[in-house]
Amino acid sequence: MLDIIDKVLLKAVANLDDIPKLGAYNIRRNGKGISRQSTKNIQIVPKTDQPGIDINVAPGTKGEQVHIPVILSAEGMTDIVYNTFNIGDNADVVIVAGCGIHNACDADAGHNGIHEFFIGKNARVKYVEKHFGEGSGRGKRILNPTTKVHMEENSQVEMEMVQIAGVDDTIRDTDVDLADGARLIVTERLMTEGVQSAESIIKVNLNGKDSSARIMSRSVAKNNSKQHFHMNLIGKNECRGHIQCDSIIMDQAQVSSAPMVTAEHSDAQLIHEAAIGKIAGDQLLKLMSLGLSEEAAEDTILKGFLK
Amino acid sequence: MLELKNVSWTVEDNHGRTDIVKNVSLTLHEHKLYVVTGPNGGGKSTLAKLVMGLIAPSSGQILFDGVDITHMPITERAKLQIGYAFQTPPVFKGINVRELLTLAAGEKKINPTQLLFDVGLCAGEYINREMDSGLSGGELKRIEIASILARDLKLALFDEPEAGIDLWSFQRLAETFDKMHRQSEMTLMIISHQERIMHLADEIIVIDSGKVREITDKNTFLGSLTLKESCGCGETCERGVSF
Ligand SMILES: Nc1ncnc2c1ncn2[C@@H]1O[C@H](COP(=O)(O)OP(=O)(O)OP(=O)(O)O)[C@@H](O)[C@H]1O
Ligand SMILES: [Mg+2]
Repeated sequence: MLDIIDKVLLKAVANLDDIPKLGAYNIRRNGKGISRQSTKNIQIVPKTDQPGIDINVAPGTKGEQVHIPVILSAEGMTDIVYNTFNIGDNADVVIVAGCGIHNACDADAGHNGIHEFFIGKNARVKYVEKHFGEGSGRGKRILNPTTKVHMEENSQVEMEMVQIAGVDDTIRDTDVDLADGARLIVTERLMTEGVQSAESIIKVNLNGKDSSARIMSRSVAKNNSKQHFHMNLIGKNECRGHIQCDSIIMDQAQVSSAPMVTAEHSDAQLIHEAAIGKIAGDQLLKLMSLGLSEEAAEDTILKGFLK
Repeated sequence: MLELKNVSWTVEDNHGRTDIVKNVSLTLHEHKLYVVTGPNGGGKSTLAKLVMGLIAPSSGQILFDGVDITHMPITERAKLQIGYAFQTPPVFKGINVRELLTLAAGEKKINPTQLLFDVGLCAGEYINREMDSGLSGGELKRIEIASILARDLKLALFDEPEAGIDLWSFQRLAETFDKMHRQSEMTLMIISHQERIMHLADEIIVIDSGKVREITDKNTFLGSLTLKESCGCGETCERGVSF
């Protein structure tokens, strides 16, 4: 059912070799759900009013995974999808999302994934989202994900967002609100090259007492690409927040990083750090003195940085 | 095996030109251990960087096994089996100790655990640690040395390997240098201020103000030091190396 291009995309974004045999999943290809499986605890239900699915995780579900990859290989199509995740209290699950685009033609292809998460009390979620683009066409590969997360008391969400190849244009908009004792960890990895552009906006509302958030963003901008980061931690209670934005800039690229912290409570402790710089010269010299060529040394440093 | 002929290195800045290394000529032989010492800022590290190719001489010539390497890129020199352990090792995000040692070894089969042990580190605790700023100065320094031990070299340059290393590990390290010297054909050039290391030397090269001040054997050198045991301030200081 999947052709070779589909398989390459699926492997890149979900690390799946084929349609999985076990666990809950939904595979969306060129704007249509092509394969879906629910489990006893994880029900995947198509929406009736708009494109997309509801993913309902029963309270107390432990150790299960959900895969919801999207692959796009049709010419010049833009796919919009609305997915809602309802995570029951005390559940502990891993969600692997991601989108792969293969564009071999001259018209733009894009995917706008609009995800909304409702995380129940004490629930733990690890959310992995990989974006990947390929194809020789002149048409752009565009991904604009919007992610809204509502976290109830003492829940924990770990988000890993990776986009390191082939996406021409992206605006990533993430908005999270945290109730008492909720904990959020976001790791973002981004690489752009050529004339690609990427923008990441992350807004975190620390509404609850003892809520905490940590955002770690690392990016590499090559050639003539452009990146813009806009992050805002808003402390409205006794809470802790930390933003760390680190970028390596190369060639004629441009990076702007605007981490912002806003305190609306005197017990909010918020830190932001942002650094943009070239690859450190002594790192290159060290690896070259071990026998690596300049290109290999550069590659090794960037791979490590984006790991 | 290594020959420096009238090598100079000059920096140019707002204040004009400064000669850091001045007309240095030096010959190192196979299977010998050289300790390079001298006052801070004398040009020792600069000399090592010139040999590794991290910087290019302003004038003069460098020959390695008879081949002119004066303008040879770093990578090529590394392939000729020259290695340099940095005085201040760089850190890397996302690269762990095992990966760095494996990179360093290239084709050569290595036992990372043994290498770490040779520099006085308990391998189990370090092998999967990231090479980032989470490592202490002394730990980083020892891993740097291990990355040179991992390689198959003809000429190994170590820049103050003792710096920041505790007494116990230092003992272990000195034994490692001694063993390397006795068991391989490698030429070792160790920049150091430590008597323990000087004791291993076949020759001691004193670099001062960018020039070779003297080349002596260790007995003459260390003997002359004991004579200067008390420091200029009239107190008796801990025995060290003074000039
Ligand atoms: N890139 C540079 N630009 C300007 N001055 C430099 C540069 N590199 C080295 N120097 C100067 O050259 C001199 C020699 O430096 P070098 O690092 O070789 O000294 P060293 O003998 O290794 O000293 P130490 O024992 O403190 O390590 C110093 O005065 C230093 O400030
Ligand atoms: Mg030095």
